[in-house]
Amino acid sequence: MDKDKRIKTLQKGKRTLKKFFVYILLSLGALTMILPFLWMISTSLKPYSSVFIFNIADIKWIPKPVCWKNYLDVWKVVPFARFYINSIFVTSCVTFGQVATSSLAAYSFARLRFPGRDKLFFAYLATMMIPGSVTMIPVFALMRIFGWIDTYKALIIPAVFTAYGTFLLRQFFITIPRDLEDAAKIDGCSLWGIFWNVILPLSKTALATLTIFVALGNWVSFMWPLLVTNSIAKRTLPIGLAYFQELYQHAQPNWGLLMAGSVVATIPLIVIFIFNQRFFVEGIKLTGMK
Amino acid sequence: MAGLKSLKHETIASYLFILPNFLGFVIFILVPVIFSLILSFVRWDILTPPSFVGFSNFVKLLGFHSVAGRWVANDPLFWKCLGNTLFLMMIIPIEIMVALGLAVAMNQKIKNMALFRTFYFLPTITNGVAICLLWAWIYNYDFGLLNSLIIKMGTFLNISVTKIPWLTSVKWAKPSLMLMGLWIMMGGYNMILFMAALQNVPRELYEAASIDGANGWQRFWSITWPMISPTTFFIGVMAVIGGFQGGFMQAYIMTGGGPERSTTTLGYLIYNHLYSWQHAGYAASIAWFMFIVIFLVTFFNWKFGGKRVQYSHY
Repeated sequence: MDKDKRIKTLQKGKRTLKKFFVYILLSLGALTMILPFLWMISTSLKPYSSVFIFNIADIKWIPKPVCWKNYLDVWKVVPFARFYINSIFVTSCVTFGQVATSSLAAYSFARLRFPGRDKLFFAYLATMMIPGSVTMIPVFALMRIFGWIDTYKALIIPAVFTAYGTFLLRQFFITIPRDLEDAAKIDGCSLWGIFWNVILPLSKTALATLTIFVALGNWVSFMWPLLVTNSIAKRTLPIGLAYFQELYQHAQPNWGLLMAGSVVATIPLIVIFIFNQRFFVEGIKLTGMK
Repeated sequence: MAGLKSLKHETIASYLFILPNFLGFVIFILVPVIFSLILSFVRWDILTPPSFVGFSNFVKLLGFHSVAGRWVANDPLFWKCLGNTLFLMMIIPIEIMVALGLAVAMNQKIKNMALFRTFYFLPTITNGVAICLLWAWIYNYDFGLLNSLIIKMGTFLNISVTKIPWLTSVKWAKPSLMLMGLWIMMGGYNMILFMAALQNVPRELYEAASIDGANGWQRFWSITWPMISPTTFFIGVMAVIGGFQGGFMQAYIMTGGGPERSTTTLGYLIYNHLYSWQHAGYAASIAWFMFIVIFLVTFFNWKFGGKRVQYSHY
């Protein structure tokens, strides 16, 4: 009896020790994650002159004095507000378009019967493996032919259509029990009625997940907006940031200003993530497990 | 009769539901895929009419010719970029292992798990351009944080050290980008996928193994590793697909593809051919080469790797 107890305490002690090491390890990792971001914020609060120091070992983590000027200047040096508005507008349109069209198509793939359904779905799936650059080249040519270069149309319309959104929602819709739908059918509900009143309300998590994924993906989208815009007025935030850096072609950039811009461009994403962590985690599981 | 009518009604309704998405799918995905295959057989600057050139794009891309008895690639730049891309992909196994290690650690019922997860997820939700700018600044030769730490460390340990030209030397540019890639990828989507997979491993298996006297290490290799193999497999395939297309933003923002084109990946090469050099046809042939390689890798993975993966029916 006594011996049993001693073994148990020993095991418990061992487990606490193990947990302690796990904590240390995770904290070290978290520190590696967070330090570059702190450096970003630190630099953004330094004036132009104090970023460049004579002796490189003299780097200061805490700016003295704290200089908020960069956060004001960033809106003036480049039309940062314009980039912001462009990004918000384009991302909203793409997200709405994609969630709307994919949920309609996903309902059809998941619940309705029609000739060629499985073949068509297979075609959707197959295109998900194709590298983006394969379709990008002809679509870029198409934009030139349509005369859409440097318009919102080019930024929005091609980005609305992906096989991914349809796939994600279909995977979710097929898990919804059919009984509810049958009950609605008996009550004389139309297919549209079932879609609108039964399927969509039951899929709030999946819809939220897709909304976040599409919005995030579009918000940081880089290569496509870079290709199809050439005037400053049509640039989105990532392209604007890149353009901002290009202003300093040969000199040392004003890193404080650049980092302030980076912080401003990043904050909305972090806020969205913190408030919607659940949907991120659910969404990643939803796409990764099947 | 009524049943048939409603079936027909359902068919029409189905098509109507799909139509908006399908139209876009055809115009912006399906037709472009076919169109890009055609493009890979033409020479085209997008402005003037294209001219059909047969296989010459692919001959230039993949062919060799003999110069004074030595075989020389027709397009050495392409092979260099392919080599760069593959080199940069060597970090992928490490990224996956670290992600798994983090997921295992997070799975120990620790406190503040959500907080840790947020920290590790930060690079994933940060604007890629901002990350590239940040690391370009950290890697800066004259005033960067890393070189400063190296100098400080040197003074502290009283050894002589020199600043490292992280992004400006052929020797260091690729490892620098790989290190940054590890920092971005280790706590992102992969970690969360592994965490989900670990939670799905049945508890009973561990309990049974403990009774049989298996230690933690043995439990990991005989239970955890085989049980999560579908996830590992999925992550590996996706990482290879992503890695093969990757490196564009880093090259564009941080290095300009240099020094001496040592960080020009296939993705950046395609952009240059398409946009800077107006070779739409040649760009398409590189894109198709990429597609075929990705297809083969995925196919052989499913065919041979897939069989060894354990799919459980718990």
